[in-house]
Amino acid sequence: MTALLSVRNLSVTFGAVAAVHDVSFDIPAGACVAIVGESGSGKSVTARTILGLAGRDATVSGSINLDGPDLDGPDLDGPDLDGTEVTDASPRRLRALRGRDIGFVSQGALVALDPLRTVGREIADSLRIHTNLSPRQRQQRVIELLESVGMPEPTLRAGQRPDELSGGLRQRAVIASAIALNPRLLIADEPTTALDSTITAGILDLLAGLRERGTAILLISHDLAVVSRLASHVVVMRDGVVVESGSTQQVLREPQHPYTRDLIAAVPGGHAHVGSPAGDPVVSAVGVTKRFGSRVAVDDVSYVLPRGRTLGVVGESGSGKTTLARLTLALERPDAGAVELFGEPWTASPERDRTARRPRIGAIYQDALSSFDPRLTVRQILADALGPAATVGGRATEAELVTLVERVGLKATVLARHPRVLSGGQQQRLAIARAIAPRPDIIVCDEPVSNLDVSVQAQVLALLDGLQREFGLSYLFITHDLGVVRQVSDELLVMKDGVVVERGATEAVFAAPQHPYTRALLAAVPDLWA
Amino acid sequence: MKRLSTVAPSVVVSLAILLFIGIAAVAPNLLAPGNPLAIHPMASFLPPSLGHPFGTDESGRDVYTRIIHGAGASVLIGITATAIGLGLAIVFGLLAGLGPRWLDFGTTRFLEVLFAFPGLLFALLFIVIYGPGVLTSTIAVGLATAPGYSRIIRSRVLVVKRAPYIEASLVLGRSRFFRVTRHLVPNVAGSLFVLATLGIGQSIVWASSLSYLGLGAVPPAAEWGAMLSAGRTYISSFWWLTFFPGLFIVLTAAATTLLGRGLQERVRS
Repeated sequence: MTALLSVRNLSVTFGAVAAVHDVSFDIPAGACVAIVGESGSGKSVTARTILGLAGRDATVSGSINLDGPDLDGPDLDGPDLDGTEVTDASPRRLRALRGRDIGFVSQGALVALDPLRTVGREIADSLRIHTNLSPRQRQQRVIELLESVGMPEPTLRAGQRPDELSGGLRQRAVIASAIALNPRLLIADEPTTALDSTITAGILDLLAGLRERGTAILLISHDLAVVSRLASHVVVMRDGVVVESGSTQQVLREPQHPYTRDLIAAVPGGHAHVGSPAGDPVVSAVGVTKRFGSRVAVDDVSYVLPRGRTLGVVGESGSGKTTLARLTLALERPDAGAVELFGEPWTASPERDRTARRPRIGAIYQDALSSFDPRLTVRQILADALGPAATVGGRATEAELVTLVERVGLKATVLARHPRVLSGGQQQRLAIARAIAPRPDIIVCDEPVSNLDVSVQAQVLALLDGLQREFGLSYLFITHDLGVVRQVSDELLVMKDGVVVERGATEAVFAAPQHPYTRALLAAVPDLWA
Repeated sequence: MKRLSTVAPSVVVSLAILLFIGIAAVAPNLLAPGNPLAIHPMASFLPPSLGHPFGTDESGRDVYTRIIHGAGASVLIGITATAIGLGLAIVFGLLAGLGPRWLDFGTTRFLEVLFAFPGLLFALLFIVIYGPGVLTSTIAVGLATAPGYSRIIRSRVLVVKRAPYIEASLVLGRSRFFRVTRHLVPNVAGSLFVLATLGIGQSIVWASSLSYLGLGAVPPAAEWGAMLSAGRTYISSFWWLTFFPGLFIVLTAAATTLLGRGLQERVRS
């Protein structure tokens, strides 16, 4: 079988930095090939180079050849691009290529649409440029396209602006505009990264449907579970080099390269959490309710968190899990019900009574970097956090700071740096160091690993687990990732629209979900371990 | 060396100009050893020459010497007025940004009323009430610039006080006082520095305008605005009496503005 896209010895360098080195792979017509790797592996650069978007500073060598029969597109007239060498193509030819022969779904799908224009106009644009359809025919085609990507009420949606659509619908609109001209190849760069699991499942089904209709897909992803669902072939990249490639089955079941094995082992959810025995309750919430205007964000939620245990809270965006975290931290005042800390009033007491007790309950956030004062160095941040717990008159000694950073697996040399120069994993480690500095009993973790690469994620989760055992910490662990929650939590709350729809021991919930929503969530997880 | 290469040429030129004016302000005798008030009636209205690079005025005083010696007064007025403006603005901005809602409402409406007056008109009003003079004109310029700064500071305070790191500090159990002094004020102050640099040039122009109108420094004081005013009578015959003081006002204002812009970009990147 001839390949639709054939990449041979592709190298891309930016100045002295080799982002991609000697990469070769083929995409047969109608197949889905996935490039898997972590941040900085060169997978996105590869995708952009295929589109001729490597950038002015890039030096590209090797060949990228697009070939194969045209798909039957409606009223598509244009130059035949068979056998086009992308690396030699003129900008004009590349423009014709993009959209007509290659569709692109970018990583920042949420910002890929112009906020001031309606979705329909955005999609109609490529039809206007590349076809000679009349305005009415274009309108008709836009509605068809939106229908084909599973957009409910396509006529209504075509007239709406991106901010009126949810994340999942926006992603569908981006895909609709990418396939508007029936491209033979669709490049999808992390198409589901920012989406909830049930929505991810929908987008993956949509992409699978396109593949069945004959569109080849190049999927760029860091998520092996997503890849296992869609791709027939996998290319594993690391530091710009292909370390392993083969059929999905073969690569995921019998990985040859140690890096691939590490990647697979790091996927959360492979093994269940083994918790410590439960101690006395440290935090308890009774019937907490929080409204924002007429919207009920958290509705009559109760829970008990015992010492040394982890309570997982799962749900999709808008389910109220972050509000629950903020209520637990007494950053919001509940409209009804109350949270108690060690059996004493917590949300019910005034802030000035809480301040002295705040060091007992810490927090780590999804976006660690924004939680650090941008002016301060790591040393200053940690010295501030140690303040109340430090030995000598509220001032941290150098030895205490070094012990603290080393405890979270950072080197003492980071103390002099600013957090913004650290990697994502290091930033989250620093956030953990800051959280444990005042010797808390409880840490509220709000999506602490959602922004991290899978192997880094595994390291951070292992660190949190070690700290829990060492200090008898209790975690309230908020996440949308069922794999992560299974790995860390003893008990589980499943939230939907502010209400707890299911609760119980984590393994019991996973083994026999009772509520239809929980079942839908579990079914939607692209499970590598199935 | 690598550092220097990343600095824009406009910033380098601005720094050079400001360095020159700074030396003139602090130690004028280094650059112009003469007496700015010494009169030589025999040598009046001499055009620029080697002996008198900027010429002489109606009393035969060396214009170059007067400009150099006037730098101190002009720069001092500019800095003081900016300091007054920013000082008031910090108070208003923090009150509005951190205080209860009614205080924010009250302060903001008050500032809007002040805004309704053109700045110079407001300064004139103040001088009408308190009488002309260097001190009153300086205060007047400070007052007139305060509303603009206040708004900027208030909006910065509103952004910074919602920053996740302020909340992180609250979660760590830090007092409101600690959060404001350790995190909020320093992060707001970062943008103040840029504002101040941009503001000094503007204040010098305004103070010179007031002097030109005879409401600030008055002749024979070697203040740039006052010199402009004194030279106005002879503007058609002896251009150098107005050109050089004007040039220095423009240079200072342009240099501080360019430097401020440069700093702004630095802060952004």
